Amino acid sequence: MAKRSAPEVNAGSMADIAFLLLIFFLVTTTIETDSGLNRKLPPLEDQVDPPITREKNIFTVLVSKNDQLLVEEKLADIEDLRSLAISFLDNGGGVGDEACEYCQGERNESSSDNPDKAIISLKSDRETSYKVYIAVQNELVAAYNDLRNREFERLFPNLGINFVSAQKQYDDPRTNADTALELKPKIAQVKAMFPQKLSEAETNKLK
Amino acid sequence: MSKFKKKKGGDLPAISTASLPDIVFMLLFFFMVATVMRDSTLMVVNKLPAADQIQKLDKKDRVMYIYAGKPSSRYEDKYGSSARIQLNDKFATVNEVGAFILAERASKRQELQNVLTTAMKVDSETKMGLIQDIKQELRKVSALKINYTTRVGDYTQNLN
Repeated sequence: MAKRSAPEVNAGSMADIAFLLLIFFLVTTTIETDSGLNRKLPPLEDQVDPPITREKNIFTVLVSKNDQLLVEEKLADIEDLRSLAISFLDNGGGVGDEACEYCQGERNESSSDNPDKAIISLKSDRETSYKVYIAVQNELVAAYNDLRNREFERLFPNLGINFVSAQKQYDDPRTNADTALELKPKIAQVKAMFPQKLSEAETNKLK
Repeated sequence: MSKFKKKKGGDLPAISTASLPDIVFMLLFFFMVATVMRDSTLMVVNKLPAADQIQKLDKKDRVMYIYAGKPSSRYEDKYGSSARIQLNDKFATVNEVGAFILAERASKRQELQNVLTTAMKVDSETKMGLIQDIKQELRKVSALKINYTTRVGDYTQNLN
């Protein structure tokens, strides 16, 4: 019997099958890049003796249950929050040991001594809506970032980047180790100049 | 001389589609590699608030997810319409958050257990009370690094 050669399989529908799979993956997957505001919660144990902070070094922000903003016990618009926070942090009203050389603020007696002492206290009500709270947090972080950018650009002008992009570069796992190592002390230095002392106190208890 | 005989007819030859499957497969593999499957189905409405001062969570293996929001329309008749927490694939109460974090932490590699971040994916319409309760639970199990997951956008989008 003559040897019959196997008939060739028609590969014409291969493209269709591959397209089907492709569309399936396109629909079911999401390119998720999780990003958000990083925060650190305070540990639960109460400090034995909480450090005494003077009233003028605390910047109180309260978001009421009607989503209104009270900055230093005065009603304020969220648009002004960033500039208010910057002028508080950058005030540098201290003298002697507490003086702040790099601050460019008004050096007002009744506002913060130096950025290291300045604490922003953010309070919210149980009925405050999350989106407004996030907007407020965003503006407060923006205030810190603006100041850190300014100092980073002043100290390291030859890098040509600001603090935020330096931080991004440092956090990116694709950045090579040498660059990261070079950036690390610079980031730490600027962070120490404007430490993020943002306290999220517990929401007001029901009275 | 018929050596350089003109080819007969002027019609174009058909374009070969033989490499089409290869191209499509290439695209397919790209998408398979570049995308991450959702590991848990969302049972809550999850429209994240917008923020622009954000940091990326690059290393997926050191993140634990907590979802919160109103139950989505499919679950509304069963679970009501007040905001709830979702852990893995089921609804949970505030008290279960601590146990969940401990279980998640135990499932991670030893060297990562101290650097875990808790990503809170909370719907923008939620009230702060629930978030405050979650935060309190996280403090109890000392999971102090948190991330309010947001989408990228100007903060003014949150205000209407």
